Amino acid sequence: MEEIYAKFVSQKISKTRWRPLPPGSLQTAETFATGSWDNEENYVSLWSIGDFGNLDSDGGFEGDHQLLCDIRHHGDVMDLQFFDQERIVTASSTGCVTVFLHHPNNQTLSVNQQWTTAHYHAGPGSPSYSSAPCTGVVCNNPEIVTVGEDGRINLFRADHKEAVRTIVWEVHFHPSNPDHLFTCSEDGSLWHWDASTDVPEKSSLFHQGGRSSTFLSHSISNQANIHQAVISSWLSTDPAKDRIEITSLLPSRSLSVNSLDVLGPCLVCGTDAEAIYVTRHLFS
Amino acid sequence: MEEFDGEPAVTVIPGVNSKKNQMCFDWGPGEMLVCETSFSKKEKSEMVPSCPFIYIIRKDVDVYSQILRKLFNESHGIFLGLQRIDEELTGKSRKSQLVRVSKNYRSVIRACMEEMHQVAIAAKDPASGRQFSSQVSILSAMELIWNLCEILFIEVAPAGHLLLHLLDWVRLHVCEVDSLSADVLGSENPSNHDSFWNLVTILVLQGRLDEARQMLSKEANASPASAGICRIMGDLMRTMPILSPGNTQTLTELELKWQHWHEECEQYLQDSTFATNPHLESLLKIMLGDEAALLEQKELLSNWYHFLVTRLLYSNPTVKPIDLHYYAQSSLDLFLGGESSPEPLDNILLAAFEFDIHQVIKECSIALSNWWFVAHLTDLLDHCKLLQSHNLYFGSNMREFLLLEYASGLFAHPSLWQLGVDYFDYCPKLGRVSLELHIERIPLNTEQKALKVLRICEQRQMTEQVRSICKILAMKAVRNNRLGSALSWSIRAKDAAFATLVSDRFLRDYCERGCFSDLDLIDNLGPAMMLSDRLTFLGKYREFHRMYGEKRFADAASLLLSLMTSRIAPRSFWMTLLTDALPLLEQKQVIFSAEQTYELMQCLEDLMSRRPVRGESDIQQLQDEDIETTKVEMLRLALARNLARAIIREGSLEGS
Repeated sequence: MEEIYAKFVSQKISKTRWRPLPPGSLQTAETFATGSWDNEENYVSLWSIGDFGNLDSDGGFEGDHQLLCDIRHHGDVMDLQFFDQERIVTASSTGCVTVFLHHPNNQTLSVNQQWTTAHYHAGPGSPSYSSAPCTGVVCNNPEIVTVGEDGRINLFRADHKEAVRTIVWEVHFHPSNPDHLFTCSEDGSLWHWDASTDVPEKSSLFHQGGRSSTFLSHSISNQANIHQAVISSWLSTDPAKDRIEITSLLPSRSLSVNSLDVLGPCLVCGTDAEAIYVTRHLFS
Repeated sequence: MEEFDGEPAVTVIPGVNSKKNQMCFDWGPGEMLVCETSFSKKEKSEMVPSCPFIYIIRKDVDVYSQILRKLFNESHGIFLGLQRIDEELTGKSRKSQLVRVSKNYRSVIRACMEEMHQVAIAAKDPASGRQFSSQVSILSAMELIWNLCEILFIEVAPAGHLLLHLLDWVRLHVCEVDSLSADVLGSENPSNHDSFWNLVTILVLQGRLDEARQMLSKEANASPASAGICRIMGDLMRTMPILSPGNTQTLTELELKWQHWHEECEQYLQDSTFATNPHLESLLKIMLGDEAALLEQKELLSNWYHFLVTRLLYSNPTVKPIDLHYYAQSSLDLFLGGESSPEPLDNILLAAFEFDIHQVIKECSIALSNWWFVAHLTDLLDHCKLLQSHNLYFGSNMREFLLLEYASGLFAHPSLWQLGVDYFDYCPKLGRVSLELHIERIPLNTEQKALKVLRICEQRQMTEQVRSICKILAMKAVRNNRLGSALSWSIRAKDAAFATLVSDRFLRDYCERGCFSDLDLIDNLGPAMMLSDRLTFLGKYREFHRMYGEKRFADAASLLLSLMTSRIAPRSFWMTLLTDALPLLEQKQVIFSAEQTYELMQCLEDLMSRRPVRGESDIQQLQDEDIETTKVEMLRLALARNLARAIIREGSLEGS
């Protein structure tokens, strides 16, 4: 595990996500977005680890991540996803779902679309209107699905003004229990579970869930085979017998690591100690 | 702490006319609430306050500075690392670790300073630019003080090394040299530059004799006339004995050599070797430690502690730590020369030179606007076992007092409270109690934040706070009609009373709508069901419905019966339960045994007998009564029929 860069950013980071690369692209990850929480003014920010003209001796990029642009966000950023190359969807603690648009020519973010009453306990029509935090968002162009503390699941389309469908569901409190490769958790640790035996690529399913937010990196090559290989590898792995290398990725433990994202060999995570950690060489 | 240190500053609250009406106020954890009252100062004017606002006044604006936040966060990590240093370590290894921690703190301060400096330069309006610049100088002063404390208290440099550290200290903080040097060296003809001799002088003042020699050699090259004396001066500079880190000389050896060199310089002075070049002559006097010559260079020295260190370098390089304060006091007096009085910073440094740690802390507390600096410095010095524990009025020692104040300030901030938790952890006497009080008052607007707070409480076995927070969340959920959520929270709070309340709501909902909400929660309660009777009933009742759905009629029947006979079911619900029994009674096969039917009948009669006699009633109540009576009649009929069939069946079948 090579160098990991830390930067203190004066805001507690609730979510970090890499910008997805265009399919078939040979580049490595360059840009990531973060959302903050628990501030009087929260921000959604875009950062870059890309070329600033300083290349080190191997031709790799040096230096830590730089802020490209940011925009104010009402309420805590509860969840954040890249909708596509330019758009970011956020879930807010005010119950609002917002789509931000990034303008690369002048490096700014703007609000593209907003559903302010996506989640509420008592509806907008009632006299005692109270909003509910929106706790999660998932998107698959052009649809966005959001869930909230009010127990609703909403389906939005990026171009429509109203929710396409609303499902009232019961709210579970069971944390899910997935297989994991990279885990970040409340006690401030970031672990890399490496159960690869003969498979040279350390890749697995993409899965997310629970409060100890667990994360797996995308496989680069043949998805179908790796799928099967990994399922059996994790299920049949006996931690006592087979070698699972578990390495801690952060230099020192402090406050909770709220979010992590992996794309290729790059990892980014954000903590409640108001720091963002980035590494570009996970598997070296 | 007892005496007044000056008049308190007056803050004007916009919109409040304090001349006309009286104000009232109340203290909060880090803030003050102020508003106008209806009481006017003059007699009997209007009784209505003219300013309708309540103001929140915050004293500590630093907590809200974006850049200083980085200081708080990074230092928090260093603080935790320090607390976790192995107590077993003693001696040299411990000292080196503590020095490293101190350097870490200082580097964080410097990073902050750098960034604020950048922002100050880039500031768009001059007012904020000035504000940032003043912050930069405050941070610079903090680092200066911390550095000195590190040298004197943590590093505890002995005589000889002490001076080297002090030289480093001065060189780090009086840094005009570098820009001057760049200026001069960058010019075409360095030795003809206006500031050439200034540069050489300041290099000598800072004890950077190698660099000074290089400058002199340029001068020698440029003007061959003075080449001779430049060479002599250069030789003098080269041969000045100084303690180098790897040197194995003893202190006495060094002293002797230095004395010898000093006499050599004296000789040159008496021989007027450098009389032709006044610059070189004054350099010689400086190197002899002549106070008058040093004081002539006040501008280059720029402050009294530079003067002090230079003076020591050239008059007493093997100065012992305990002798420092004589020199410090006299240096201050000489430098100020009676023209100005010492500033707070000067007093702090003086206290440090006198090894009076408490005075340093006290003066810093007064001079600085927040507790960050004193809290962390005191904690570090405490780890060096330098603070005697003398109790303050509230039973804790100084370190703990400062940490408590600092952490309380953090809790006043909407975001930085998380840092404060760890500081409270390391205050052995009052930390836990303070944390208990503070953590209950954190506003919880999302479940995610609540879960984080709960985790903090659970980690520290603060069961009271866990219960209280869960109750608050359960209440919120009930108000928002999120019954499953509320139930979950009350289970977590182990709050039987609230669980009963929520279960009642569930049951009421069921009666009204005919179906349950949050089925998956109720189905999977597990042992949590035992929390309250009502909750157990809810769980079991739902189980009854499940069994019925799976057509396990016999099991469902006995469960239903046991719910009533074990008195777990609230009496108000018995009618519903009996009504639920109806379809079981009407089934083709006999489900309830005779025994069970008897019990059912008993329950029904029990229920009926307790019914109050209805007196006057309106139409709606009469209608309800009608329905009631019909239901009861149907039940009686069904029970009787079932009894008959059961008796027959049990009478005829052998042993089944």
